[in-house]
Amino acid sequence: MKCMGQTCCFHLVLVLGGFLFAAVPLSSQQTPAPMLPSSTLPATLAMPEASKGVNEKLAQLDQRVTAAQSSADNAWMLVSAALVLMMTGPGLALFYGGLVRRKNTLAIMMQSFALMALITVMWALVGYSLCFGGSGPVIGGFEHAFLRGVGAEPNPDYAGTIPQMTFMVYQLMFAIITPALITGATAERMKFSGTVLFLALWFLVVYAPLAHMVWGKGGLLNAALGGKFPTLDFAGGTVVHISSGVSALVCAIYLGKRTGYPKQPMPPHSLVLSFIGACLLWVGWFGFNAGSALASNALATSAFVATHFAAAAAALSWSAAEWIKNGRASALGAISGAVAGLVAVTPAAGFVAPMPALVIGFVAGACCYWMVTKVKAIFGYDDALDAFGVHGAGGTIGALLTGVFAQQAINPIFGAGKAVGGLDGHLGQIGNQLVGVLIAWGFALAGTMVLLKIVDLLTGVRVPEEHEIQGLDVTQHGEEAYNLEA
Amino acid sequence: MMKLEAIIQPSRFESVKDALREIGIEGMTVTEVRGHGRQKGHTEVYRGREYTVDLLPKMKLEMVLPDALVSRVVDTILKTAKTGKIGDGKIFLSRVEEAIRIRNEERGENAL
Repeated sequence: MKCMGQTCCFHLVLVLGGFLFAAVPLSSQQTPAPMLPSSTLPATLAMPEASKGVNEKLAQLDQRVTAAQSSADNAWMLVSAALVLMMTGPGLALFYGGLVRRKNTLAIMMQSFALMALITVMWALVGYSLCFGGSGPVIGGFEHAFLRGVGAEPNPDYAGTIPQMTFMVYQLMFAIITPALITGATAERMKFSGTVLFLALWFLVVYAPLAHMVWGKGGLLNAALGGKFPTLDFAGGTVVHISSGVSALVCAIYLGKRTGYPKQPMPPHSLVLSFIGACLLWVGWFGFNAGSALASNALATSAFVATHFAAAAAALSWSAAEWIKNGRASALGAISGAVAGLVAVTPAAGFVAPMPALVIGFVAGACCYWMVTKVKAIFGYDDALDAFGVHGAGGTIGALLTGVFAQQAINPIFGAGKAVGGLDGHLGQIGNQLVGVLIAWGFALAGTMVLLKIVDLLTGVRVPEEHEIQGLDVTQHGEEAYNLEA
Repeated sequence: MMKLEAIIQPSRFESVKDALREIGIEGMTVTEVRGHGRQKGHTEVYRGREYTVDLLPKMKLEMVLPDALVSRVVDTILKTAKTGKIGDGKIFLSRVEEAIRIRNEERGENAL
Protein backbone atom coordinates (compact mmCIF):
# COMPACT_ATOMS: atom_id res chain seq x y z
CA MET A 1 0.00 0.00 0.00
CA LYS A 2 1.05 3.25 1.36
CA CYS A 3 4.27 4.33 -0.32
CA MET A 4 3.46 6.17 -3.44
CA GLY A 5 4.93 7.56 -6.59
CA GLN A 6 4.16 11.16 -5.85
CA THR A 7 7.73 11.82 -4.72
CA CYS A 8 9.07 12.28 -8.24
CA CYS A 9 6.39 14.88 -8.99
CA PHE A 10 7.37 16.60 -5.82
CA HIS A 11 11.03 16.71 -6.83
CA LEU A 12 10.09 18.13 -10.19
CA VAL A 13 8.22 20.93 -8.48
CA LEU A 14 11.23 21.63 -6.30
CA VAL A 15 13.62 21.79 -9.21
CA LEU A 16 11.35 24.03 -11.27
CA GLY A 17 10.72 26.26 -8.26
CA GLY A 18 14.44 26.44 -7.70
CA PHE A 19 15.07 27.65 -11.25
CA LEU A 20 12.40 30.30 -11.05
CA PHE A 21 13.64 31.53 -7.73
CA ALA A 22 17.25 31.52 -8.91
CA ALA A 23 16.37 33.49 -12.05
CA VAL A 24 14.96 36.52 -10.19
CA PRO A 25 17.90 37.48 -7.95
CA LEU A 26 20.42 36.64 -10.65
CA SER A 27 18.93 39.15 -13.09
CA SER A 28 18.63 41.85 -10.43
CA GLN A 29 22.27 41.40 -9.54
CA GLN A 30 23.29 41.44 -13.15
CA THR A 31 21.61 44.75 -14.01
CA PRO A 32 23.89 47.01 -11.99
CA ALA A 33 26.93 45.02 -13.00
CA PRO A 34 27.77 47.02 -16.15
CA MET A 35 28.03 50.25 -14.08
CA LEU A 36 30.96 48.83 -12.13
CA PRO A 37 34.38 48.98 -13.69
CA SER A 38 35.08 45.46 -14.71
CA SER A 39 38.57 45.59 -13.18
CA THR A 40 37.49 46.44 -9.58
CA LEU A 41 35.68 43.14 -8.98
CA PRO A 42 37.31 40.07 -10.47
CA ALA A 43 34.77 37.62 -11.88
CA THR A 44 36.31 34.76 -9.91
CA LEU A 45 35.36 36.48 -6.62
CA ALA A 46 31.90 37.69 -7.65
CA MET A 47 30.56 34.33 -8.83
CA PRO A 48 30.95 32.32 -5.59
CA GLU A 49 29.32 35.11 -3.55
CA ALA A 50 26.33 35.25 -5.86
CA SER A 51 25.90 31.49 -6.00
CA LYS A 52 26.30 31.27 -2.22
CA GLY A 53 23.34 33.61 -1.80
CA VAL A 54 21.33 31.65 -4.33
CA ASN A 55 22.15 28.36 -2.65
CA GLU A 56 21.09 29.72 0.70
CA LYS A 57 17.79 30.93 -0.72
CA LEU A 58 17.30 27.62 -2.47
CA ALA A 59 17.89 25.72 0.72
CA GLN A 60 15.46 28.02 2.51
CA LEU A 61 12.87 27.51 -0.17
CA ASP A 62 13.38 23.78 -0.06
CA GLN A 63 12.82 23.84 3.67
CA ARG A 64 9.67 25.92 3.36
CA VAL A 65 8.18 23.74 0.65
CA THR A 66 8.86 20.65 2.73
CA ALA A 67 7.35 22.28 5.80
CA ALA A 68 4.25 23.36 3.86
CA GLN A 69 3.68 19.90 2.45
CA SER A 70 4.27 18.34 5.82
CA SER A 71 1.69 20.64 7.44
CA ALA A 72 -0.91 19.81 4.82
CA ASP A 73 -0.30 16.08 4.97
CA ASN A 74 -0.13 16.06 8.72
CA ALA A 75 -3.46 17.86 9.07
CA TRP A 76 -5.19 15.31 6.88
CA MET A 77 -3.53 12.37 8.58
CA LEU A 78 -4.48 13.51 12.08
CA VAL A 79 -8.08 13.94 10.95
CA SER A 80 -7.93 10.51 9.30
CA ALA A 81 -6.62 8.93 12.49
CA ALA A 82 -9.52 10.43 14.42
CA LEU A 83 -11.99 9.23 11.75
CA VAL A 84 -10.68 5.67 12.01
CA LEU A 85 -11.02 5.71 15.79
CA MET A 86 -14.60 6.93 15.30
CA MET A 87 -15.26 3.75 13.33
CA THR A 88 -14.70 1.62 16.44
CA GLY A 89 -16.34 3.87 18.99
CA PRO A 90 -19.05 4.88 18.35
CA GLY A 91 -19.36 3.35 14.83
CA LEU A 92 -18.87 -0.36 15.32
CA ALA A 93 -20.08 -0.26 18.93
CA LEU A 94 -23.44 1.15 17.81
CA PHE A 95 -23.67 -1.06 14.72
CA TYR A 96 -23.09 -4.22 16.73
CA GLY A 97 -24.87 -2.86 19.81
CA GLY A 98 -28.14 -2.50 17.92
CA LEU A 99 -27.89 -5.97 16.39
CA VAL A 100 -27.74 -7.88 19.67
CA ARG A 101 -30.63 -8.52 22.01
CA ARG A 102 -31.28 -5.84 24.60
CA LYS A 103 -29.66 -7.84 27.43
CA ASN A 104 -26.27 -7.92 25.66
CA THR A 105 -26.04 -4.33 24.46
CA LEU A 106 -23.49 -2.97 26.90
CA ALA A 107 -21.41 -6.14 26.76
CA ILE A 108 -20.81 -5.87 23.01
CA MET A 109 -20.20 -2.12 23.19
CA MET A 110 -17.81 -2.59 26.08
CA GLN A 111 -15.78 -5.10 24.07
CA SER A 112 -15.11 -2.49 21.38
CA PHE A 113 -14.33 0.15 23.99
CA ALA A 114 -12.05 -2.14 25.97
CA LEU A 115 -10.01 -2.67 22.82
CA MET A 116 -9.67 1.08 22.35
CA ALA A 117 -7.91 1.17 25.70
CA LEU A 118 -6.09 -2.15 25.66
CA ILE A 119 -4.66 -2.11 22.14
CA THR A 120 -3.54 1.50 22.59
CA VAL A 121 -1.40 0.59 25.57
CA MET A 122 -0.05 -2.55 23.90
CA TRP A 123 0.68 -0.52 20.75
CA ALA A 124 2.77 1.95 22.72
CA LEU A 125 4.75 -0.77 24.46
CA VAL A 126 5.49 -3.22 21.63
CA GLY A 127 2.71 -3.25 19.03
CA TYR A 128 3.94 -0.50 16.76
CA SER A 129 7.43 -1.91 16.78
CA LEU A 130 6.27 -5.44 15.98
CA CYS A 131 4.30 -4.13 13.00
CA PHE A 132 6.59 -1.41 11.65
CA GLY A 133 9.99 -1.83 13.31
CA GLY A 134 12.76 -3.87 11.69
CA SER A 135 12.63 -5.39 8.22
CA GLY A 136 12.11 -9.13 8.65
CA PRO A 137 9.86 -11.07 6.27
CA VAL A 138 7.25 -12.09 8.88
CA ILE A 139 7.38 -9.83 11.92
CA GLY A 140 8.96 -6.52 12.88
CA GLY A 141 11.45 -6.10 15.68
CA PHE A 142 11.79 -4.25 18.95
CA GLU A 143 13.64 -1.18 17.66
CA HIS A 144 10.60 1.03 18.31
CA ALA A 145 9.50 -0.71 21.52
CA PHE A 146 8.17 1.87 24.01
CA LEU A 147 8.02 4.15 20.94
CA ARG A 148 11.76 4.65 21.01
CA GLY A 149 12.81 6.83 18.11
CA VAL A 150 9.24 7.67 17.15
CA GLY A 151 8.93 11.43 17.08
CA ALA A 152 8.59 14.46 14.85
CA GLU A 153 10.97 13.15 12.19
CA PRO A 154 9.26 11.32 9.34
CA ASN A 155 10.02 7.69 8.69
CA PRO A 156 10.82 7.77 4.95
CA ASP A 157 10.13 4.03 4.56
CA TYR A 158 6.46 4.58 5.25
CA ALA A 159 5.46 8.22 5.09
CA GLY A 160 8.15 10.72 4.24
CA THR A 161 6.17 13.90 4.79
CA ILE A 162 4.51 13.41 8.18
CA PRO A 163 6.00 12.93 11.63
CA GLN A 164 6.48 9.27 12.40
CA MET A 165 4.41 9.94 15.51
CA THR A 166 1.44 10.69 13.22
CA PHE A 167 2.01 7.53 11.20
CA MET A 168 2.23 5.59 14.45
CA VAL A 169 -1.04 6.87 15.89
CA TYR A 170 -2.83 6.47 12.55
CA GLN A 171 -1.80 2.83 12.27
CA LEU A 172 -2.85 2.29 15.89
CA MET A 173 -6.46 2.98 14.98
CA PHE A 174 -6.40 0.09 12.48
CA ALA A 175 -5.02 -2.22 15.15
CA ILE A 176 -7.94 -1.25 17.41
CA ILE A 177 -10.80 -1.88 15.02
CA THR A 178 -9.50 -5.17 13.64
CA PRO A 179 -9.92 -7.31 16.77
CA ALA A 180 -13.12 -5.40 17.56
CA LEU A 181 -14.64 -6.75 14.33
CA ILE A 182 -14.25 -10.31 15.65
CA THR A 183 -16.62 -9.63 18.54
CA GLY A 184 -19.46 -9.74 16.03
CA ALA A 185 -19.05 -13.51 15.80
CA THR A 186 -18.62 -14.17 19.52
CA ALA A 187 -21.48 -11.89 20.53
CA GLU A 188 -24.00 -12.80 23.20
CA ARG A 189 -22.06 -15.76 24.63
CA MET A 190 -18.34 -15.09 25.14
CA LYS A 191 -16.96 -14.24 28.57
CA PHE A 192 -15.53 -10.76 29.00
CA SER A 193 -12.34 -12.11 30.59
CA GLY A 194 -11.87 -14.62 27.77
CA THR A 195 -12.62 -11.98 25.15
CA VAL A 196 -10.04 -9.55 26.49
CA LEU A 197 -7.31 -12.16 26.88
CA PHE A 198 -8.02 -13.75 23.50
CA LEU A 199 -8.06 -10.48 21.59
CA ALA A 200 -4.91 -9.18 23.30
CA LEU A 201 -3.05 -12.36 22.29
CA TRP A 202 -4.65 -12.30 18.85
CA PHE A 203 -3.31 -8.82 18.26
CA LEU A 204 0.23 -10.04 18.96
CA VAL A 205 0.05 -13.40 17.21
CA VAL A 206 -2.16 -12.73 14.18
CA TYR A 207 -2.50 -8.99 13.57
CA ALA A 208 1.09 -7.87 14.13
CA PRO A 209 2.70 -10.42 11.78
CA LEU A 210 0.10 -9.86 9.08
CA ALA A 211 0.41 -6.09 9.29
CA HIS A 212 4.17 -6.42 9.03
CA MET A 213 4.06 -8.91 6.17
CA VAL A 214 1.76 -6.70 4.09
CA TRP A 215 2.77 -3.19 5.10
CA GLY A 216 6.10 -3.50 6.92
CA LYS A 217 9.49 -2.95 5.30
CA GLY A 218 10.83 -6.23 3.94
CA GLY A 219 7.53 -8.01 4.65
CA LEU A 220 6.85 -11.15 2.63
CA LEU A 221 3.76 -9.68 0.96
CA ASN A 222 4.78 -6.02 0.78
CA ALA A 223 4.14 -4.57 -2.67
CA ALA A 224 6.14 -1.36 -2.28
CA LEU A 225 9.07 -2.37 -0.09
CA GLY A 226 10.46 -5.54 -1.53
CA GLY A 227 8.08 -8.38 -0.71
CA LYS A 228 8.44 -11.77 -2.34
CA PHE A 229 4.73 -11.93 -3.19
CA PRO A 230 3.77 -8.30 -3.71
CA THR A 231 0.16 -8.23 -2.51
CA LEU A 232 -1.81 -5.06 -3.13
CA ASP A 233 -3.62 -4.11 0.03
CA PHE A 234 -4.18 -0.39 0.15
CA ALA A 235 -5.96 -0.10 3.49
CA GLY A 236 -6.35 -3.55 4.95
CA GLY A 237 -8.36 -6.10 2.97
CA THR A 238 -6.05 -8.88 4.11
CA VAL A 239 -4.62 -7.33 7.26
CA VAL A 240 -7.90 -6.08 8.69
CA HIS A 241 -10.86 -7.80 7.08
CA ILE A 242 -9.68 -11.27 6.09
CA SER A 243 -7.76 -11.64 9.33
CA SER A 244 -10.69 -10.60 11.53
CA GLY A 245 -13.40 -12.22 9.41
CA VAL A 246 -11.74 -15.62 9.17
CA SER A 247 -10.84 -15.56 12.85
CA ALA A 248 -14.46 -14.70 13.54
CA LEU A 249 -15.57 -17.85 11.72
CA VAL A 250 -13.20 -19.98 13.80
CA CYS A 251 -14.49 -18.34 16.98
CA ALA A 252 -18.14 -18.90 16.01
CA ILE A 253 -17.50 -22.59 15.37
CA TYR A 254 -15.34 -23.07 18.47
CA LEU A 255 -17.79 -21.32 20.80
CA GLY A 256 -20.81 -23.13 19.39
CA LYS A 257 -24.25 -21.74 18.79
CA ARG A 258 -26.04 -19.41 21.12
CA THR A 259 -28.54 -21.18 23.35
CA GLY A 260 -31.76 -21.48 21.38
CA TYR A 261 -30.20 -20.71 17.98
CA PRO A 262 -31.62 -21.03 15.35
CA LYS A 263 -35.11 -21.95 16.65
CA GLN A 264 -35.56 -19.08 19.07
CA PRO A 265 -36.03 -15.67 17.47
CA MET A 266 -33.09 -13.34 18.11
CA PRO A 267 -34.01 -10.17 16.25
CA PRO A 268 -31.84 -7.04 16.57
CA HIS A 269 -33.01 -5.00 19.56
CA SER A 270 -32.53 -1.59 17.94
CA LEU A 271 -31.91 -1.09 14.27
CA VAL A 272 -31.86 2.64 14.99
CA LEU A 273 -28.56 2.19 16.84
CA SER A 274 -27.25 -0.03 14.06
CA PHE A 275 -28.28 2.52 11.45
CA ILE A 276 -26.41 5.34 13.17
CA GLY A 277 -23.43 3.05 13.65
CA ALA A 278 -23.33 2.06 10.00
CA CYS A 279 -23.49 5.68 8.85
CA LEU A 280 -20.62 6.57 11.18
CA LEU A 281 -18.67 3.63 9.75
CA TRP A 282 -19.24 4.90 6.23
CA VAL A 283 -17.93 8.37 7.08
CA GLY A 284 -15.08 7.01 9.19
CA TRP A 285 -14.03 4.80 6.28
CA PHE A 286 -12.86 7.88 4.39
CA GLY A 287 -10.15 8.21 7.04
CA PHE A 288 -9.45 4.50 6.77
CA ASN A 289 -9.09 4.31 2.99
CA ALA A 290 -8.31 7.82 1.77
CA GLY A 291 -6.05 8.31 4.79
CA SER A 292 -4.07 5.28 3.68
CA ALA A 293 -2.54 7.44 0.95
CA LEU A 294 -0.60 8.80 3.96
CA ALA A 295 -0.68 12.23 2.34
CA SER A 296 -3.19 14.84 1.35
CA ASN A 297 -2.76 14.23 -2.35
CA ALA A 298 -4.61 13.15 -5.48
CA LEU A 299 -4.26 9.51 -4.53
CA ALA A 300 -6.18 10.23 -1.33
CA THR A 301 -8.96 11.76 -3.44
CA SER A 302 -9.01 8.74 -5.71
CA ALA A 303 -9.27 6.39 -2.73
CA PHE A 304 -11.98 8.59 -1.18
CA VAL A 305 -14.07 8.41 -4.36
CA ALA A 306 -13.58 4.67 -4.85
CA THR A 307 -14.59 4.08 -1.22
CA HIS A 308 -17.76 6.09 -1.50
CA PHE A 309 -18.81 4.60 -4.82
CA ALA A 310 -18.28 1.01 -3.73
CA ALA A 311 -20.34 1.56 -0.57
CA ALA A 312 -23.21 3.00 -2.57
CA ALA A 313 -23.14 0.24 -5.17
CA ALA A 314 -23.08 -2.47 -2.54
CA ALA A 315 -25.98 -0.93 -0.61
CA LEU A 316 -27.95 -1.07 -3.86
CA SER A 317 -27.02 -4.62 -4.80
CA TRP A 318 -27.75 -6.05 -1.33
CA SER A 319 -31.08 -4.22 -1.29
CA ALA A 320 -31.91 -5.43 -4.79
CA ALA A 321 -31.13 -9.03 -3.87
CA GLU A 322 -33.35 -8.70 -0.83
CA TRP A 323 -36.14 -7.06 -2.78
CA ILE A 324 -36.11 -9.88 -5.32
CA LYS A 325 -36.02 -12.53 -2.59
CA ASN A 326 -38.42 -11.11 0.02
CA GLY A 327 -40.38 -8.54 -1.92
CA ARG A 328 -39.07 -5.75 0.31
CA ALA A 329 -35.85 -3.85 0.85
CA SER A 330 -34.97 -3.55 4.53
CA ALA A 331 -32.99 -0.87 6.35
CA LEU A 332 -30.78 -3.55 7.87
CA GLY A 333 -30.09 -4.91 4.40
CA ALA A 334 -29.14 -1.53 3.00
CA ILE A 335 -26.70 -0.71 5.80
CA SER A 336 -25.23 -4.21 5.78
CA GLY A 337 -24.67 -3.87 2.04
CA ALA A 338 -22.91 -0.55 2.46
CA VAL A 339 -20.56 -2.04 5.04
CA ALA A 340 -19.87 -5.02 2.74
CA GLY A 341 -18.96 -2.62 -0.07
CA LEU A 342 -16.69 -0.61 2.21
CA VAL A 343 -14.95 -3.80 3.29
CA ALA A 344 -14.44 -5.01 -0.28
CA VAL A 345 -13.07 -1.71 -1.56
CA THR A 346 -10.61 -1.40 1.32
CA PRO A 347 -7.70 -3.24 -0.37
CA ALA A 348 -8.58 -1.68 -3.74
CA ALA A 349 -9.27 1.94 -2.77
CA GLY A 350 -5.92 3.42 -3.80
CA PHE A 351 -5.50 1.32 -6.93
CA VAL A 352 -8.79 1.42 -8.80
CA ALA A 353 -10.74 3.95 -10.85
CA PRO A 354 -14.33 4.89 -9.96
CA MET A 355 -16.02 2.50 -12.43
CA PRO A 356 -14.22 -0.61 -11.17
CA ALA A 357 -15.04 0.58 -7.65
CA LEU A 358 -18.72 0.43 -8.56
CA VAL A 359 -18.24 -3.11 -9.87
CA ILE A 360 -16.44 -4.17 -6.70
CA GLY A 361 -19.28 -2.76 -4.64
CA PHE A 362 -22.02 -4.44 -6.69
CA VAL A 363 -20.30 -7.82 -6.50
CA ALA A 364 -19.55 -7.54 -2.78
CA GLY A 365 -23.10 -6.51 -1.84
CA ALA A 366 -24.68 -9.45 -3.64
CA CYS A 367 -22.06 -12.00 -2.53
CA CYS A 368 -22.17 -10.99 1.11
CA TYR A 369 -25.97 -11.12 1.04
CA TRP A 370 -25.69 -14.68 -0.19
CA MET A 371 -23.06 -15.55 2.44
CA VAL A 372 -25.14 -14.19 5.27
CA THR A 373 -28.53 -15.53 4.25
CA LYS A 374 -27.70 -18.80 2.50
CA VAL A 375 -24.22 -20.09 3.24
CA LYS A 376 -24.53 -19.47 6.98
CA ALA A 377 -27.79 -21.39 7.10
CA ILE A 378 -26.40 -24.30 5.05
CA PHE A 379 -23.37 -24.81 7.30
CA GLY A 380 -25.20 -23.91 10.47
CA TYR A 381 -22.46 -21.94 12.23
CA ASP A 382 -23.68 -19.14 14.47
CA ASP A 383 -21.76 -16.08 13.29
CA ALA A 384 -24.06 -13.95 15.42
CA LEU A 385 -23.59 -10.57 13.75
CA ASP A 386 -22.06 -11.83 10.49
CA ALA A 387 -18.45 -10.80 11.05
CA PHE A 388 -17.31 -13.58 8.72
CA GLY A 389 -20.11 -13.16 6.20
CA VAL A 390 -19.34 -9.49 5.73
CA HIS A 391 -15.65 -9.00 6.62
CA GLY A 392 -14.22 -12.44 5.77
CA ALA A 393 -16.13 -12.80 2.53
CA GLY A 394 -16.07 -9.11 1.56
CA GLY A 395 -12.35 -8.86 2.34
CA THR A 396 -11.54 -11.90 0.21
CA ILE A 397 -13.62 -10.69 -2.73
CA GLY A 398 -12.04 -7.26 -2.47
CA ALA A 399 -8.49 -8.57 -2.26
CA LEU A 400 -8.94 -10.73 -5.37
CA LEU A 401 -10.75 -8.04 -7.37
CA THR A 402 -7.96 -5.60 -6.50
CA GLY A 403 -5.67 -7.85 -8.51
CA VAL A 404 -8.06 -7.56 -11.42
CA PHE A 405 -8.83 -3.84 -11.38
CA ALA A 406 -5.64 -2.18 -10.07
CA GLN A 407 -4.21 0.29 -12.57
CA GLN A 408 -0.89 2.04 -12.80
CA ALA A 409 -2.71 5.16 -14.00
CA ILE A 410 -4.14 5.41 -10.49
CA ASN A 411 -1.14 4.21 -8.55
CA PRO A 412 2.14 3.21 -10.26
CA ILE A 413 3.24 1.19 -7.25
CA PHE A 414 5.57 -1.06 -9.25
CA GLY A 415 7.29 1.89 -10.92
CA ALA A 416 6.34 4.29 -13.71
CA GLY A 417 4.94 2.55 -16.78
CA LYS A 418 4.77 -0.87 -15.14
CA ALA A 419 1.44 -2.71 -15.25
CA VAL A 420 -0.16 -3.21 -11.85
CA GLY A 421 -3.31 -5.35 -12.08
CA GLY A 422 -5.06 -7.62 -14.56
CA LEU A 423 -6.74 -4.71 -16.37
CA ASP A 424 -3.28 -3.30 -17.05
CA GLY A 425 -2.22 -6.63 -18.51
CA HIS A 426 -0.41 -7.90 -15.44
CA LEU A 427 -2.45 -11.05 -14.84
CA GLY A 428 0.17 -12.42 -12.49
CA GLN A 429 -1.03 -9.91 -9.91
CA ILE A 430 -4.20 -11.95 -9.44
CA GLY A 431 -1.96 -14.84 -8.46
CA ASN A 432 -0.05 -12.62 -6.04
CA GLN A 433 -3.34 -11.52 -4.51
CA LEU A 434 -4.36 -15.16 -4.13
CA VAL A 435 -1.11 -15.93 -2.29
CA GLY A 436 -1.73 -12.97 0.00
CA VAL A 437 -5.30 -14.09 0.63
CA LEU A 438 -4.25 -17.68 1.37
CA ILE A 439 -1.50 -16.60 3.76
CA ALA A 440 -3.92 -14.29 5.57
CA TRP A 441 -6.54 -17.06 5.79
CA GLY A 442 -3.96 -19.58 6.99
CA PHE A 443 -2.54 -17.26 9.61
CA ALA A 444 -5.96 -16.34 10.92
CA LEU A 445 -7.21 -19.94 11.00
CA ALA A 446 -4.17 -21.42 12.71
CA GLY A 447 -3.50 -18.54 15.09
CA THR A 448 -7.09 -18.28 16.23
CA MET A 449 -7.49 -22.00 16.82
CA VAL A 450 -4.36 -22.23 18.96
CA LEU A 451 -5.19 -19.08 20.92
CA LEU A 452 -8.76 -20.14 21.63
CA LYS A 453 -7.48 -23.44 23.08
CA ILE A 454 -5.03 -21.59 25.31
CA VAL A 455 -7.57 -19.02 26.47
CA ASP A 456 -10.14 -21.75 27.07
CA LEU A 457 -7.68 -23.40 29.47
CA LEU A 458 -6.79 -20.16 31.23
CA THR A 459 -10.09 -18.29 31.65
CA GLY A 460 -12.68 -20.24 29.69
CA VAL A 461 -14.33 -18.72 26.66
CA ARG A 462 -18.04 -19.27 27.02
CA VAL A 463 -20.37 -18.09 29.77
CA PRO A 464 -22.54 -20.66 31.57
CA GLU A 465 -25.96 -21.18 30.02
CA GLU A 466 -27.86 -19.43 32.81
CA HIS A 467 -25.66 -16.36 32.39
CA GLU A 468 -26.30 -16.40 28.67
CA ILE A 469 -30.04 -16.51 29.27
CA GLN A 470 -29.84 -13.72 31.83
CA GLY A 471 -27.71 -11.67 29.47
CA LEU A 472 -24.08 -10.61 29.46
CA ASP A 473 -24.77 -7.03 30.60
CA VAL A 474 -25.83 -8.15 34.06
CA THR A 475 -23.64 -11.23 34.41
CA GLN A 476 -20.40 -9.88 32.93
CA HIS A 477 -20.61 -6.21 33.82
CA GLY A 478 -23.21 -5.86 36.59
CA GLU A 479 -25.29 -3.26 34.78
CA GLU A 480 -28.08 -2.90 32.27
CA ALA A 481 -28.28 -0.89 29.07
CA TYR A 482 -31.78 0.35 29.64
CA ASN A 483 -33.04 1.25 33.09
CA LEU A 484 -36.09 3.05 31.82
CA GLU A 485 -37.90 3.06 35.15
CA ALA A 486 -34.96 4.52 37.01
CA MET B 1 -69.20 -2.81 42.11
CA MET B 2 -67.87 -4.19 38.87
CA LYS B 3 -64.35 -4.50 37.55
CA LEU B 4 -63.98 -3.69 33.88
CA GLU B 5 -61.00 -4.82 31.85
CA ALA B 6 -60.79 -3.69 28.26
CA ILE B 7 -58.09 -4.75 25.82
CA ILE B 8 -58.05 -2.34 22.89
CA GLN B 9 -56.01 -1.23 19.89
CA PRO B 10 -53.24 1.15 20.94
CA SER B 11 -54.31 3.51 18.16
CA ARG B 12 -57.75 3.94 19.78
CA PHE B 13 -56.47 4.49 23.30
CA GLU B 14 -56.37 8.29 23.33
CA SER B 15 -59.96 8.59 22.02
CA VAL B 16 -61.24 6.06 24.55
CA LYS B 17 -59.50 7.85 27.40
CA ASP B 18 -60.91 11.23 26.36
CA ALA B 19 -64.41 9.85 25.91
CA LEU B 20 -64.30 8.25 29.37
CA ARG B 21 -63.17 11.49 30.95
CA GLU B 22 -66.12 13.26 29.30
CA ILE B 23 -68.62 10.93 30.96
CA GLY B 24 -66.96 11.53 34.33
CA ILE B 25 -64.65 8.55 34.82
CA GLU B 26 -61.93 9.78 37.14
CA GLY B 27 -59.58 6.86 37.48
CA MET B 28 -58.15 4.01 35.50
CA THR B 29 -55.06 1.83 35.36
CA VAL B 30 -53.44 1.27 31.98
CA THR B 31 -50.89 -1.32 30.89
CA GLU B 32 -49.11 -1.85 27.58
CA VAL B 33 -49.62 -5.52 26.81
CA ARG B 34 -48.97 -7.97 23.99
CA GLY B 35 -51.29 -10.71 22.85
CA HIS B 36 -53.46 -12.05 20.12
CA GLY B 37 -56.90 -13.43 19.53
CA ARG B 38 -58.04 -14.20 16.04
CA GLN B 39 -55.91 -11.49 14.53
CA LYS B 40 -52.93 -12.94 12.67
CA GLY B 41 -49.43 -11.56 13.19
CA HIS B 42 -46.87 -10.67 10.53
CA THR B 43 -43.41 -11.86 9.51
CA GLU B 44 -40.18 -9.91 9.85
CA VAL B 45 -36.93 -10.75 8.05
CA TYR B 46 -33.51 -9.88 9.49
CA ARG B 47 -30.57 -10.83 7.25
CA GLY B 48 -32.51 -13.72 5.78
CA ARG B 49 -33.91 -15.03 9.07
CA GLU B 50 -37.68 -14.92 9.22
CA TYR B 51 -39.54 -14.29 12.43
CA THR B 52 -43.29 -14.54 12.87
CA VAL B 53 -44.52 -11.86 15.19
CA ASP B 54 -47.88 -13.06 16.47
CA LEU B 55 -48.04 -11.26 19.80
CA LEU B 56 -49.21 -7.80 18.89
CA PRO B 57 -49.11 -4.71 21.05
CA LYS B 58 -52.38 -3.76 22.77
CA MET B 59 -53.50 -1.47 25.59
CA LYS B 60 -55.26 -2.85 28.62
CA LEU B 61 -57.51 -0.56 30.68
CA GLU B 62 -58.67 -1.59 34.12
CA MET B 63 -61.21 0.21 36.30
CA VAL B 64 -63.58 -0.62 39.12
CA LEU B 65 -66.98 1.05 38.69
CA PRO B 66 -70.12 1.62 40.75
CA ASP B 67 -72.88 -0.59 39.29
CA ALA B 68 -74.81 2.45 38.03
CA LEU B 69 -71.99 3.54 35.70
CA VAL B 70 -71.12 0.19 34.13
CA SER B 71 -73.41 0.24 31.12
CA ARG B 72 -72.50 3.82 30.19
CA VAL B 73 -68.81 3.03 30.33
CA VAL B 74 -69.21 -0.13 28.27
CA ASP B 75 -71.20 1.78 25.66
CA THR B 76 -68.57 4.52 25.49
CA ILE B 77 -65.72 2.04 25.02
CA LEU B 78 -67.65 0.14 22.37
CA LYS B 79 -68.34 3.34 20.50
CA THR B 80 -64.82 4.78 20.62
CA ALA B 81 -62.60 1.67 20.45
CA LYS B 82 -64.31 0.07 17.47
CA THR B 83 -62.62 0.11 14.05
CA GLY B 84 -64.66 -2.81 12.75
CA LYS B 85 -61.61 -4.92 11.94
CA ILE B 86 -60.32 -8.08 13.57
CA GLY B 87 -58.08 -7.16 16.48
CA ASP B 88 -60.27 -4.49 18.10
CA GLY B 89 -60.05 -6.34 21.42
CA LYS B 90 -62.45 -7.36 24.19
CA ILE B 91 -64.16 -6.15 27.35
CA PHE B 92 -64.42 -8.32 30.45
CA LEU B 93 -66.67 -7.58 33.45
CA SER B 94 -66.47 -9.21 36.86
CA ARG B 95 -67.99 -8.57 40.26
CA VAL B 96 -65.81 -6.98 42.95
CA GLU B 97 -66.31 -7.84 46.65
CA GLU B 98 -64.72 -4.85 48.28
CA ALA B 99 -62.73 -1.69 47.62
CA ILE B 100 -60.63 0.11 50.24
CA ARG B 101 -59.00 3.50 49.91
CA ILE B 102 -55.58 3.21 51.54
CA ARG B 103 -55.33 6.86 52.58
CA ASN B 104 -58.42 6.99 54.83
CA GLU B 105 -59.65 3.42 54.83
CA GLU B 106 -63.00 4.30 53.21
CA ARG B 107 -64.77 1.22 51.94
CA GLY B 108 -67.16 0.18 49.22
CA GLU B 109 -68.29 2.51 46.44
CA ASN B 110 -67.07 5.50 48.45
CA ALA B 111 -63.54 4.30 47.94
CA LEU B 112 -63.85 4.40 44.14
